[in-house]
Amino acid sequence: MAAPKFDVPELTHETAVPKINPGSMGHLKSIVGTEPVQKFMGYPWQLPEDWKDKALGRMGDLLGKYRSLRVFMDACVHCGACTDKCHYFLGTADPNNMPVARQELMRKVYRRYFTLPGKVAPWLVGAEDLTEDTLWQWYNYYHQCSECRRCSVFCPYGIDTAEVTMAGREILNTVGIGQKYSNEILGKVQKIGNNLGLPGPALEDTLSGLEEDLLDDTGVAVKFPIDVQGAEVLLVTPSADFFSEPHVESLIGYAKVFHALGISWTLSSHASEAGNFGLFNGNYETMRKVAMRIRDAALDLGVKRIVVGECGHAWRVAYAFWNTLNGVGYGGHDKFSQMLQKQLDNRYPQPAHICEFTWDHIQNGALKFDKEANDHRIITYHDSCNVARGSRMGNMSGGQFIIPRNIIRAVANNFHDMAQETVFETTFCCGGGGGMLTDDLMEARVKGALPRMNALNNVVQEQQVNFMATICAICKAQFTKVLPYYGFDMSMVGGVHQLVGTAIKLG
Amino acid sequence: MSVIIAALFYFATLVLVAGLAWRIYEYSRTPAPLNIPTTPAPMTRSGVVIRMTREVVFFESLFKSNKWIWIFGWIFHMGMALVLVRHVRYFVEEPGFILTFIQPFGKYASFAMVVGLLGLWARRFVVDRVRYISTPSDHLMLALLVGIGVTGMATTFAVHTDVVALKSFFMGLMAFEVKSLPADPLIRIHLLLVALLMIIFPFSKLLHAPGIFFSPTRNQVDNPRERRHLAPWAAALDQD
Repeated sequence: MAAPKFDVPELTHETAVPKINPGSMGHLKSIVGTEPVQKFMGYPWQLPEDWKDKALGRMGDLLGKYRSLRVFMDACVHCGACTDKCHYFLGTADPNNMPVARQELMRKVYRRYFTLPGKVAPWLVGAEDLTEDTLWQWYNYYHQCSECRRCSVFCPYGIDTAEVTMAGREILNTVGIGQKYSNEILGKVQKIGNNLGLPGPALEDTLSGLEEDLLDDTGVAVKFPIDVQGAEVLLVTPSADFFSEPHVESLIGYAKVFHALGISWTLSSHASEAGNFGLFNGNYETMRKVAMRIRDAALDLGVKRIVVGECGHAWRVAYAFWNTLNGVGYGGHDKFSQMLQKQLDNRYPQPAHICEFTWDHIQNGALKFDKEANDHRIITYHDSCNVARGSRMGNMSGGQFIIPRNIIRAVANNFHDMAQETVFETTFCCGGGGGMLTDDLMEARVKGALPRMNALNNVVQEQQVNFMATICAICKAQFTKVLPYYGFDMSMVGGVHQLVGTAIKLG
Repeated sequence: MSVIIAALFYFATLVLVAGLAWRIYEYSRTPAPLNIPTTPAPMTRSGVVIRMTREVVFFESLFKSNKWIWIFGWIFHMGMALVLVRHVRYFVEEPGFILTFIQPFGKYASFAMVVGLLGLWARRFVVDRVRYISTPSDHLMLALLVGIGVTGMATTFAVHTDVVALKSFFMGLMAFEVKSLPADPLIRIHLLLVALLMIIFPFSKLLHAPGIFFSPTRNQVDNPRERRHLAPWAAALDQD
């Protein structure tokens, strides 16, 4: 770990609300997308002559297409309920990281060009002209938002800053100011099939390597099938599961579950990525294109069920948007969606989360565990933002909190929750989501992790917790990087299916 | 003067009604292309009605957020609601049982309204985060509402206005006749401020009132796996 160029916050028992420190994060700017990156996405790579018309045009377009943005621009009363709810504000004290102020960066432009009082008396209502400075301010602060929706829980009108951030990034892209990190990933997933840019053959090598290792370790021939025609289940998982630690441990966990159940399954090289960064950038067409890969793979392979691996934003897109974007789900009456509905087995939810899948089979007694195998671990669980506030599991509201915890309790003996106000629907983001998992934003990532780190530290001190389970590839990667800044061991973080994989009896 | 105030009220009513109708039309015709309720969310339509009721009547999310804003905001809004209901008596020939029953409550609710407003206003000075986000219009809006509250209270508790003449003025307005207003300056200021509030309503943050009912994070059912949500502009993409 290189020495940080910024002060890492001190851990405290409670996360105190800081006094505001204007401009303290104004310097942090993510690397801007270069010509090839932007070009592939169909965006310009430098500010066009008519940037102002383009930006305002796109803004008007989005205001007409998204009721969320339309209502959220009007409804805020500046009550202040959200001001102390964002982890980036709590960690940085920069007032532009308060959700309302982040929204206000766009709202002042909205008022100026789209409302009567803003046109007539801008000084009165806080309306401002759109300038190049405004654009760069957007760029800075719309990349210090992980779109985690925590603010939307507390807003009396349900204003979700994520919707504003997404729209802001899309408008910026339209005028050639795109983020290199996210747009590069969106290019790779469309050209190669996954966010890491692993070509099919590399993937096959990795999977056969895993099979050998597992055979050596367990003496059981657990398979990692890929592109198998006619398999029962298509597993779509974040590509980090193939190559990164601790992600791969969960992949091993999924494979062991399928093996123990004797259910045929397959990965797809075409859809070797569950993640969909299209969510982060507010471009419906991009998000749809990325999601279509899953539809194509499912139709090609003729699978009956689609199961999604441990990835937070991917699960939000899969659970809440796939039915809309690519027709994976039920209730569609059009040809497009019925084509897939006819193929899928309607006894099961489509798509299903791997935790729903595993929990079902724990409940019906098909999976057996040696819980003591996890006894060296004292476990806590980090609710990932997109799972917690943007999706569901099972058939009851709040199942997304209950099912992963039930699995942990079924496979391990030592479990302690973190403080109530830091988990469940009010969970704190890991600090690296929403397109921020890049080294150029490390300062915001480390500081934004503060509320989670404080909550974790409390259970480490009081309950001797040594393992934080989570079901998100971004959370895992973020914590692996950030835990050491706060003096924790990076191997403390891992997946729920890592725990499953440790304790499962392979028969 | 009565003629001017009468004209102003016709104008204010027109702006309020037409402005709000236009806004509501705009909100309702703007599609919500994706299912984005803040979860955990109700899984049925009736569940959403209950969620929305809790939100509108009890300010549930605000309660989760900050007890000070909640208590000031809630007593202001509830006080104002009672005060508004009480005012219906100026617009009906014979107040019914409920309207008569509510009169004393509505009278004292004005204190709750003004105290709530002053509490919210104080936060704009005292809390650095709220001070940072406050615009001139936020202060003016509070000043306007406090002005309406205080002048209204003064006509009830301090310098009694001629309510019989006032009622006849408004009953007259509804029959398109201009009758004379009490000469009392307090009531005239009160009425001017109310008309001003009605006029700015559809152009200001007061749109939070209709807005909440259209907020997708609060009014959507959590059922995306069972139902395909498809905006008309998005459906066109499936045809390719």
